[in-house]
Amino acid sequence: MLKMLLSRLATAIPSLIGVVIVTFMLTRLLPGDPAAYFAGLAASPQAIAEIRTKLGLDKSLPEQFVAYISDLLHGNLGNSLSTGQPVVAEIATRLPASGELTLAALILAVCIAIPLGVLAAVKQGTWIDHLCRIVTTAGVSLPVFFTGLLFAYVFYYLLQIAPAPTGRLDVFLSPPTHITGFYLIDSALTGNLETFWGALRQLALPAISMAIFSLAPLARMTRGSMLSVLGSDFIRTARASGLAPRTVVFTYAFRNAVLPVITTLGMVFSFLLGANVLVETVFAWPGIGLYAVNALITSDYAPVQGFVLTMALLYVALNLAIDCLYGLVDPRVRLDS
Amino acid sequence: MKRRSFIKTTAAGAAATAAPAIWSAAKAQARNETLLIVGESPPNSMDIHGVGANRPAYEVSWNTHDRLITYGVKKDANGNDHYDYTKLEPELATDWNVTPTSATFKLRRDAKFHDGTPITAKDVKWSFDRAVKVGGFPTFQMAAGSLQKPEQFVVVDDHTFRVDFIRADKLTLPDIGVPVPVIMNSELCKKHATAADPWAMEWCKNNHASGGAYKVERWQPGQEVVYARYDDWKNGPLPKVKRVIMRIIPSAGNRRALLERGDADLSFDLPSKDFSELRNSPKLTVIGTPIENAMMYLGMNVNQKPFDNVKVRQAVAWALPYQQIMDSVMFGQALPLFGGADNKFKGVYWPQKDGYKTDIAKAKALMAEAGFANGIETTLSFDLGLASTNEPLTVLIQESLAQIGIKTTINKIPGANWRGELLKKNMPMITNAFGGWLNYPEYFFYWCYHGQNAVFNTMGYKNPTMDALIDKARFTSGPEYEAAVKGFIDIAFEEVPRVPIFQPLLNVAMQKNVTGYRYWFHRQLDYRQLMKG
Repeated sequence: MLKMLLSRLATAIPSLIGVVIVTFMLTRLLPGDPAAYFAGLAASPQAIAEIRTKLGLDKSLPEQFVAYISDLLHGNLGNSLSTGQPVVAEIATRLPASGELTLAALILAVCIAIPLGVLAAVKQGTWIDHLCRIVTTAGVSLPVFFTGLLFAYVFYYLLQIAPAPTGRLDVFLSPPTHITGFYLIDSALTGNLETFWGALRQLALPAISMAIFSLAPLARMTRGSMLSVLGSDFIRTARASGLAPRTVVFTYAFRNAVLPVITTLGMVFSFLLGANVLVETVFAWPGIGLYAVNALITSDYAPVQGFVLTMALLYVALNLAIDCLYGLVDPRVRLDS
Repeated sequence: MKRRSFIKTTAAGAAATAAPAIWSAAKAQARNETLLIVGESPPNSMDIHGVGANRPAYEVSWNTHDRLITYGVKKDANGNDHYDYTKLEPELATDWNVTPTSATFKLRRDAKFHDGTPITAKDVKWSFDRAVKVGGFPTFQMAAGSLQKPEQFVVVDDHTFRVDFIRADKLTLPDIGVPVPVIMNSELCKKHATAADPWAMEWCKNNHASGGAYKVERWQPGQEVVYARYDDWKNGPLPKVKRVIMRIIPSAGNRRALLERGDADLSFDLPSKDFSELRNSPKLTVIGTPIENAMMYLGMNVNQKPFDNVKVRQAVAWALPYQQIMDSVMFGQALPLFGGADNKFKGVYWPQKDGYKTDIAKAKALMAEAGFANGIETTLSFDLGLASTNEPLTVLIQESLAQIGIKTTINKIPGANWRGELLKKNMPMITNAFGGWLNYPEYFFYWCYHGQNAVFNTMGYKNPTMDALIDKARFTSGPEYEAAVKGFIDIAFEEVPRVPIFQPLLNVAMQKNVTGYRYWFHRQLDYRQLMKG
């Protein structure tokens, strides 16, 4: 098992090196000029030249690359110009915000999508199957920012039951003591009920809008995969042997159908983590997607590179975790590898 | 199991959000004493001298630092408070004595920094030295008032500070009241300075060494800044509001919703359309102040065909759909800079109306005279960072110019590239806005029309006669000054390298119980005069 983990990790190294080089080159190829952008109001060519020297942008590309790599090896991703903070610190505070939102949305989505998909497959052609179809179609066709704006408008502005969309916490609450960076967990651990409740209220609307979007692929994948497994020979045999329908569906069929669902889950998770910029914008959620997009808009190189690198690392970790999960769910996969 | 119980709580939470929030009495009290401002962009530094410090960073600096002097206040045409650039008032300096060669400031004796250290003349010198030495924007702003060398700043004794002039410049004293020459705690800064970083730039980015009316209690970059009043502040009347929270809400729709629901107290950053609608709201006060020395304009590159021909430029000026722009782009939230009685100077103020208005027949005749009766093709560029105004504006201009045979392609340039493109000075036609801090016509012209060709002279316009007039206006006064201003304004209207369109308003929306709002030339919010309740 350990050997497998190590060999998997080793294969990730070349792709990481590739990511480092490509992000460095890409950010330099972007047409923007950060020095001109940050020179401020009274930008004379001289002021811009001074800023360019200060930022090290007057050096040649190979020199800049060597400086970047040596910083990277020291765990330094550089400083963001638009927020003035070290990128490492920024990502460390923003990743948990995105992580908390994405995980909450995903858990919610899984809890709805998987039972729905299983039921739709078992009772194919009945009302529940149609319901599944409607929910999934609606889920993919309603963009996240639309549901987000709609929710904010209806539940906050009109009905006044949701809290103001002002980020992770109400303005008058202080963030909990930093332990994991997940406000729900931190406030629960420190027994700060008011903050827990506040964080939960803030989390509800963005998490639900993201869950609606992500439950579509999960429910469809569960349904499809359950259908093909339910139609296979060993299920017929199990049924013929007189096993209880519950045992047939859950122990035999579901366990075999779950592999593609896990793959989709991994994809949806990584997609949500990086691509929930729109929800973050609507709900003023201080997440990593919003950070990266703002950095791109201002040609702020360091955060963009840091973001891509972090996401690459996350993908590697996620793929590894999913591979391990396969092995747990289906022993055949373990033997194959 | 854990997962299930979590889901249960989430579901219960979603269902129970209708229940009242668990506010303690202390919280409600805090709400009354706190001003919540919602904005679009966060500060990127706590140090106004820092590289690339942005506008929200100026706001932080303005409220947390003192300057030697500040500006007085007057009522504007609508009866709202407006800073008065003709009146300089004490801040850290209690009074000052100006001679032709120097200005001597007496400093307040009981003023202290936030850490309790008394503020003395050596702190003032250190801070001024820093502003002229660090380079970039602060140094350029200081130079605009002929404040250029550390030798100009002299510590006479602990509570007396002198500025020696290198030339007679009427902007020297006003420049000491702008956001740049802040007074910093020099001892505290020096503790964090290194050989490579003698001005403690690195430390000051995230920390304050100041003595202003507010202290930063918490700063979460990109999210919020929380201020607490500095109760021991001596350099002005103690502010009424005890706590100020500036929260970043990226979506404009939500900023408006927060205001309308009464959850936020004040916001600047809303689209013109929202402001024009909110003006009728019974719950909110909306104040719009014309931004001094600022205009939205159409610039033409005078170094390229066909805009090197003054007749073509005039034709464009006669063809713009001015009133349509006012109505359907700005929703009336701007002042017209067109349709004046004639195309001449109207007084020593800027911006002012020129004589152009929409007259397609006249424009066509000018095109024919210029030899372009068959039309021309060109591009019209704008900054995508300000798309909400620029996009409809350029579309209207495109339609209008088509009527006189100018076929334009609209070129949208991302915000990050805009400055770089402006610097190259090869875009044939652009729409852009510019505003200067110091409210003097020659200050605007120095940046925008002078042959020194600063980045804001986006047209690449060079005219020795005009340069001479601008230079003369900068260092003279009286009738000679007025003649110079008249001279360069007349040339600007006649030659129209840039066509003024409108003077934008600085709009702010706030709850009815928030009062004391004051317009400042730096267009950031001064928390010190605000009151709530």
